[in-house]
Amino acid sequence: MTGTLREREKQQYFPSEAEYDRLLDKRSRRGLLVQGSLLLALTIAVLALVTLLSTIINDSFGLVAQVNQVEPEEIVASHGYDPAAVGLGDLGKDELVETLQGGISNNVGRRLEREQRFYEDRLVFESQAKWDEICAEGDAPAGCSSGERNQANVLLLVEERIVAPDIIATDTLVGSLLNPEDFEQSVEESFVANPARYGDYTFDQVRFQWRAWFSWQFITSPASASPELAGISTAILGSLWLVGITVLFAVPIGVAAAIYLEEFAKPSRINDLIQTNINNLAGVPSIIYGMLGLAVFVRLLEPITSGSVFGDYAPNGRTVLAAGLTLGVLTLPVVIISSQEAIRAVPNSLRQAGMGLGATKWQTVRSHVLPIAIPGILTGTILSIGRAIGETAPLILVGAAGFITTSPKGPFSQFTALPIQIFQWTALPQEEYRNLAAAASLALLVLLLILNAGAVILRNRYSRRLQ
Amino acid sequence: MTIDSENLISKDQLKKKRRPIEGLIVASLFIAGAISIGITLGILWELGTQSLLFFRDPIVSIGQFFTGTVWQPQAGTFGIWALILGTLLITVIAMIVAVPIGLAAAIYLSEYASPRVRGFFKPVLEILVGIPTVVFGFFAVSFVTPLFRNLLGSSVVGFFNVLSAGIVVGILIVPLISSLSEDAMAAVPRSLREAAYGLGASKLEVSLRIVVPAAISGIAAGVVIAMSRAIGETMVVTLAAGASPRNFTLGSDSLWYILDPFQGAQTMTGYIAITASGDISYNTIDYNSIFAIGLTLFFMTLGLNSLSRRIVKRFRQEYE
Repeated sequence: MTGTLREREKQQYFPSEAEYDRLLDKRSRRGLLVQGSLLLALTIAVLALVTLLSTIINDSFGLVAQVNQVEPEEIVASHGYDPAAVGLGDLGKDELVETLQGGISNNVGRRLEREQRFYEDRLVFESQAKWDEICAEGDAPAGCSSGERNQANVLLLVEERIVAPDIIATDTLVGSLLNPEDFEQSVEESFVANPARYGDYTFDQVRFQWRAWFSWQFITSPASASPELAGISTAILGSLWLVGITVLFAVPIGVAAAIYLEEFAKPSRINDLIQTNINNLAGVPSIIYGMLGLAVFVRLLEPITSGSVFGDYAPNGRTVLAAGLTLGVLTLPVVIISSQEAIRAVPNSLRQAGMGLGATKWQTVRSHVLPIAIPGILTGTILSIGRAIGETAPLILVGAAGFITTSPKGPFSQFTALPIQIFQWTALPQEEYRNLAAAASLALLVLLLILNAGAVILRNRYSRRLQ
Repeated sequence: MTIDSENLISKDQLKKKRRPIEGLIVASLFIAGAISIGITLGILWELGTQSLLFFRDPIVSIGQFFTGTVWQPQAGTFGIWALILGTLLITVIAMIVAVPIGLAAAIYLSEYASPRVRGFFKPVLEILVGIPTVVFGFFAVSFVTPLFRNLLGSSVVGFFNVLSAGIVVGILIVPLISSLSEDAMAAVPRSLREAAYGLGASKLEVSLRIVVPAAISGIAAGVVIAMSRAIGETMVVTLAAGASPRNFTLGSDSLWYILDPFQGAQTMTGYIAITASGDISYNTIDYNSIFAIGLTLFFMTLGLNSLSRRIVKRFRQEYE
């Protein structure tokens, strides 16, 4: 009886040997399939990153079709040098000034001279009498007090005003490497099909040359209205100023708040409120901080942020200081949270040891907890600063002014920043601005890479010393 | 043995020494903590008072603002749903991209990946987190949009379109979803997995039927936070989705026109950024309108963030 019952049960609940094998196979096949698709999802994420980086690099280098008003070789030859051996940059300052004199109108020359004079001891475009008269006036131009232009500066003027390059088409890195002829052909076809688009230019004037948009010159040149000569030194300096102010604001307050919340705060209503509030602030979109910055730092505190309390500096509150404080407020919650985590990771036994020796709470924190927590605090802080450097939306709101060619000189200067520069260039339709945006993105990523590498090195050094 | 009473600390001396400096330090630490409350109040105060100025304006009506579907500041028509539509379209596309990828990545990293594979994929996701959003915006405009325009034809896909903005925002929030979900899965105790393996479950069954359900509250919270992030994202949508709101009239406009992913649609954040860029003059209706939108945005993201916290609190299983 029992035997047959078991048989029946077995048949009812357990599959036959063959059926069992089939089901097992099916399960393992399904497992592999799903594992494959999970891996695929991760691969998509990797692919997205690779595509993003290669898009940036692809647009940062490549062939350009350029029309020069005056070929640099002609200028070199006109000074009696061999164009094959001597470049425009090798010319001396005197020769460059001479070229400039021959190529621009006296009016433009006088304006340039008033901005900054060419020679300490003599004037090039202005007569001495007129110069003295101008400089005696109340609002004398900058040229009256500043020093002379150097060779690099004059070279830039010659490139801008005499050579006056105009890039009419650009190619990507991959296109330039694989089939450069295609690019030349397409420009030629475009000339035939739509000559009106190119104005006075003829195809014979077009020079095809290699251009690294991301170059040392790009990083060190100031902003310029013409994309051929534009650089990002103004923007980089603006970003560095911002970071400085952000750090000065967010780090001391953030670390102090974290110490309070982790070490001193007893569970009470106000302390719970502070903690919840910080968590909430970390989730507020950055553009809202921008509006706070616009309303409070730019508008309400204008006398302070424009520097008018300390003497007249900026026409309004849209300064480095206002933007830096905005970014400081934005990063504060993140700094607090990451510092809290670092402090929490310090083992309790250290605190007990300190207290056991009779130290007060603050003494324990200062001499036992903080030294151990500092590597963690540093890492978290640097990471949050990395985020601040890349923030764009709040800067747009606090008015990183559109077109600024002078580097910020202090907290009360108007400024532009690297992400703002990328935003503005990306928003413009012309091809060459796309390349500039790519090169500036590359610069921003390199800056972030340096910062993060610094974080890793700092952390490693500190944690080794403490062991 | 005699005790040298000179060297012993007297009972009086043992009493707690007053340390005024230390009190001062603790007080300033407290003030540093309390500054964050000041920031929140500042945000609420500024958004509130400026919005009030906006709503007090005779050409604005609150009813129209919260129910209207046409946003035309030049014509004095302020209906926020035109902008919310843009935000929602992009958020939905972003979530369609990010949730499957982020979740799959989390399951793979937490359940399947060997330490070596993890060591490769984890940094990739971390790098994605570190890339500034404006660079993602550049990527959307110079790679994703041209890609779709080449694939589907430039007559179908506009230069500004919701699709590429949504996809790129999706890529942006993948690491957020995957890291939060992975944390939740890591908190599921080993014993649950071992029990399932002991019953003969396969790796797939353990992952999908044991670990994911056990971690579901953390995963859901992560998805909600990612959604709030997508709603607040500014640079990608400003660059890729265009600067004109998709005004619509329910009933007369076709559903396809309203939901078309291939055309542009300005979002709330996009409107704020575009309106405020350049020298905006104070106390104009445009200036005040961005604060009214900002206030709406603030409450939307705050709502989602507290929802996520509530999910965690309510549904979290305590494993001991």
